[in-house]
Amino acid sequence: MAYDLGRYDGFAPEHYREESPFKIHGGCGLMGICDESGALMSGEEPIKAMAVQRDRGNGLGGGFAGYGIYPEFPDHYCFHMMYHDLKAKDEAEEVLGAHFLIEVAEPMPTRTVKGIKDAPLLWRYFMMPHEHLIDEAEVTAEDFVVNVVMLINSRVDGAFVASSGKNMGAFKGVGYPEEIGHYFRLEDYAGHTWVGHNRFPTNTPGWWGGAHPFTLLDWSIVHNGEISSYGINARYLEQFGYVCSLGTDTEVAAYLFDLLLRRHKLPVELACKVLASPLWDEIDRMGADDAALMRSLRAVYGPAMLNGPFAIVLGFNGGMVALNDRIKLRPLVAARSGSKLMVASEESAIRTVLASPDELWTPKAGEPVIARVEGMDLPFHSQLHVTPAEISCAVTAVDACHELEVAV
Amino acid sequence: MQQTFVQPEFRVKIDYDKCHKCGRCVQQCGWGVYDFNERPIPHDEKCRACHRCVTYCPAHCITIEKNTLAFRDNDNWSADARKAVWKQSETGGVLLTSMGNPKPYEHIFDKLVLDACQVTNPSIDPLREPMELRTYLGRKADSVKVEPDGAGGFRLAEDAGLARNIKLDVPIIFAPMSYGSVSLNVHRSMAMAATRLGITMNTGEGGMHEDLFPYQDHIIVQVASGRFGLSPEILDRAAALEIKIGQGAKPGIGGHLPGEKIDRDVSATRMVPQGSDAISPAPHHDIYSIEDLRQLIYALKEASGYKPVGVKIAAVHNVAAIASGIVRAGADYIYLDGFRGGTGAAPQVVRDHIGIPVEIAIAVVDQRLRDEGIRNQASIIAAGSIRSSADAAKAIALGADVVAIGTATLLALGCHLCQSCHTGKCSWGITTQKPELTRRIDPEWGAERLTNLVHAWSHELQEILGALGVNAVESLRGSRERLRAIGLDEQTCRVLGVKPAGL
Ligand code: SF4
Ligand code: SF4
Ligand code: SF4
Repeated sequence: MAYDLGRYDGFAPEHYREESPFKIHGGCGLMGICDESGALMSGEEPIKAMAVQRDRGNGLGGGFAGYGIYPEFPDHYCFHMMYHDLKAKDEAEEVLGAHFLIEVAEPMPTRTVKGIKDAPLLWRYFMMPHEHLIDEAEVTAEDFVVNVVMLINSRVDGAFVASSGKNMGAFKGVGYPEEIGHYFRLEDYAGHTWVGHNRFPTNTPGWWGGAHPFTLLDWSIVHNGEISSYGINARYLEQFGYVCSLGTDTEVAAYLFDLLLRRHKLPVELACKVLASPLWDEIDRMGADDAALMRSLRAVYGPAMLNGPFAIVLGFNGGMVALNDRIKLRPLVAARSGSKLMVASEESAIRTVLASPDELWTPKAGEPVIARVEGMDLPFHSQLHVTPAEISCAVTAVDACHELEVAV
Repeated sequence: MQQTFVQPEFRVKIDYDKCHKCGRCVQQCGWGVYDFNERPIPHDEKCRACHRCVTYCPAHCITIEKNTLAFRDNDNWSADARKAVWKQSETGGVLLTSMGNPKPYEHIFDKLVLDACQVTNPSIDPLREPMELRTYLGRKADSVKVEPDGAGGFRLAEDAGLARNIKLDVPIIFAPMSYGSVSLNVHRSMAMAATRLGITMNTGEGGMHEDLFPYQDHIIVQVASGRFGLSPEILDRAAALEIKIGQGAKPGIGGHLPGEKIDRDVSATRMVPQGSDAISPAPHHDIYSIEDLRQLIYALKEASGYKPVGVKIAAVHNVAAIASGIVRAGADYIYLDGFRGGTGAAPQVVRDHIGIPVEIAIAVVDQRLRDEGIRNQASIIAAGSIRSSADAAKAIALGADVVAIGTATLLALGCHLCQSCHTGKCSWGITTQKPELTRRIDPEWGAERLTNLVHAWSHELQEILGALGVNAVESLRGSRERLRAIGLDEQTCRVLGVKPAGL
C-alpha cells in the first residue's frame, strides 16, 4: 500500500476561523425539572422558577425547553426556526423542503409582552426526513438531521435552528426569561421535563439565537459558567463534523453530549465523567476495573473534558441530567418532591416550585443528578454494543455534510 | 605549517595579580588551552568559551572575551562568512559543528503569548487546587466501549489501548542522546531523573548500557539507521521503541561516531567493534518508502510484544503529509524535531539551513491529523528547541502532547553551548568519553539537577494552567484559542491557527 504524500495543497484558510471571532462570556441562572412519573406540568412552573432568579441575568437572554409538549406529533421532527428576514426564511425552507416532507409549517404562537422587542420571524415545522436521501448518504436518520441543522446554521445567512427534536421545542430570545416565557405563551404547553435559563452575557450581539437553551435533536442544554477549555473542545468536535458557529460554551457542551451519548453510545453517567472527569488521584484509588475504565475515558476523551466553572442541565426526551464542574466552581442545588426531581442555581427557585421538598441537597463536584421518566426508553441505554463502524467516525460525518451541501 | 588566516574567536584574560598560580585552569580545560610556566599561559586560538576554567578558578581571575577585531563594514560578507571561506580553503573539508541552529531566524515561540482568566471565569490557584499534568503517550482508541458490569455500573467492553501507552507524570521528557555522543554518566543521570520524575529518557541510537537496566521502564530505545545496540533482550527491556528517521539539526544526514570514541563500554553497548567508526547511514536502507516504514513498525511491535513504537522525524517542508503517512503506517507517536534541535556533530551548512521551526511543524501536523480524523491515533512529541516552560506550554497549546528537551538537559548538567561537542573534548564531561572528563559528572548530582529542572518547569506549567483557569493539561493541549500572536504576519498566523492579539 502506498500513500500519496504529495497531494497536500497547503494550509486551508478555513482553519483560521473568522466567523466566530469573539467568544461570548457570561454568568447565568438555570433550572431543570422532571416528573419521573411522566405526568405533565404547565410551562408556568419553569417560568416561576426563573422569575425568582431574575438577578442572575441582565435581560439579554432567556429561554426554556419543554419535552412531551407536542403529543399530536410524537414522531415528527419539530424544527423551531428563527429568521432574520423573509429571504432567510425562503432559503432555509428550500433546504428543509429538499431534505424533509413538511407536514405543518406555521408561525410560532406568541403574544405581545412589554420588554420583548426586535423579535426575529419565528416559525415551526413538523417534518419527516426523506428516506431515500438518508439511504443515499448512508447515515442514520439522526446524523442526517444533524447535518441539516449544521448546514442551515453555518450556511444560510440569517436563519437559525432553535431546536430540532421530536416532541420537544426550545423557546428563547433576548429578554428576561419570564418575559420570554410569556411571549411564547408557555402556559399553553404541558411537558414532563422542562429546563430554563437566564443569561448575563458580558458581551453579546443581542441575538435571539444566542440565548439558551442550545439544542440538537432531542438534547437541550442550559448552562451557567465559562468553559475555559472551549478552544480544544471546539477543535475536537470539528473532527466529528460539528461546526461551532456561535462562539459559545453551551453550544460546545450540547454537541459533546450529542457525540458521547448518541454517536459513541456512552451511558449518561459515563458521559458526565468525561465532561467533569475525576482527578487522577481519585482514579488511582478506585478498584481495578473502575480505574481502568476511568483512565481510558480520560485518556481517550481528554479533549472533551469541560474545564472551568460550570453548572449544566441537559434535557432529553425521557429525563434530564444536571452536572457541576470537577471542582464545583458554580452553584447547583437539587431537590426531590414525590416523583419530581428539580435542580436550580438557587434554592429559592426550588422552593417556589416545590414548596416543601422531601429532600434538598447540594450535588458534589462532578457528581451528576439524573432524572428518568418512567417507561421512557433512554436512547443511550438502548444499545450498548455497536460495531466500530457505527460508532465512527469523523470522516463519515464530514463527508455526509459535504454531500448534503451538494444536494441543496 | 601554513599560517592560518583565521584569528582566535576569543581572548582568555587572566588577572595575574589575583591568580593563585594553582594550575586548576590547566587541568579543567578540555581543549588544552593552557600551558603552565610559573603561571597559566593561555593559547587563545584553542578556546571554545565553555567557561569551565572560569567557573572553577578559585580566584575568579579569568575572563573570556570576544576577539573584537575590526573588519571594514560589510553587511553582505559577515566575519563568519569570511572565516568559513578561509577555513575551507585551508582544509578542503565540510565545516563541522554541534548543538542547535544559532542563526537569527524568527523565533515564533517568542511571538506567541498565552491567555489568562479575568472575572468571567476564575483563575485557579495551583498551590491550593489540584493541577494535573499527567499525560499518556501513545495511540488512543476512537471511542471507549463499555458494557454493564451486572451491578448497575459499567466496565470496559474492549481494551481502549491504554495498556500500550506510556504514563508520563508530566509532559516533559528527555530527548534522545546516544551513549557515545554523550557520556555514560549523562545517561545514568537522565535514567535516574526520569525514573524519579515518572517520565522517560531516550537512548538515542547508541543502545542501552547495562547500568541502565534498573531504570528500563522509563527508557525509550531508539532504532536508527545503523541499528546499533539492538537485540531481543534490549527490545524486551525498553519501555517503547522509536524509529529515528531524522533529526532537526541534520535532516537527511546520517551519523558518524569516530572510532576513537568507541571504547570497550561504548563498543559493548552499541554492539560494534572497539575502535572502529560507527556509521549511521543517512536513510534506513530498509525504508525507502512509507510502506517500508509500516513493515518496520510492525516488525518491531511483533518483536517487542506490542510495545508502543514511535517515529522521529525532522521538521521539513512537507511535514504534515509525512506525519499523516507515519500515523497511518501504525506509529503510536510521532516525534517532531524542529530545525533548532541540537546535535553532537553535524555539517554546519546542514544545521543552519535545512528544516523548519517546530512551532510550524506542530501546528500543521496537529491540524492535518485532525482534518483526517486520526489525531487520536498517535501522540505528538515536540522538540528542538524547547527552552523554557513557556515554550513547552505554547507547544502544547499548538497541539503537542509532550515536549522533549535535549539542549536544556545538557545545560542543566553544565553545558555552556560552546558548540564543540564534535571535538569529543567537552570540558564539562558531557559529550566526551575521556575518563578524566566524564567523571566530572556524578550521576547522583546530575539526576538531582535534572529533577530540579523538570520540577521547576512543571510548577511553572501549573501556574500557567491555573492562570488559564484549567486544572488539567489536556484542556490546554491543542487549545490554540488560548494563544495570540504579536508581530507575526498574517500568513504565519493562519498556518499556526492562532489569531493576532486583539482579535
Ligand atoms: S575552552 Fe573553556 S576551559 Fe578552556 S580556556 Fe576556554 S573557556 Fe576555559
Ligand atoms: S585557576 Fe585561576 S587562580 Fe588557578 S592558576 Fe588558573 S587562573 Fe590562576
Ligand atoms: S556539551 Fe560540552 S562541548 Fe557540547 S556545547 Fe556543551 S559544553 Fe560545549
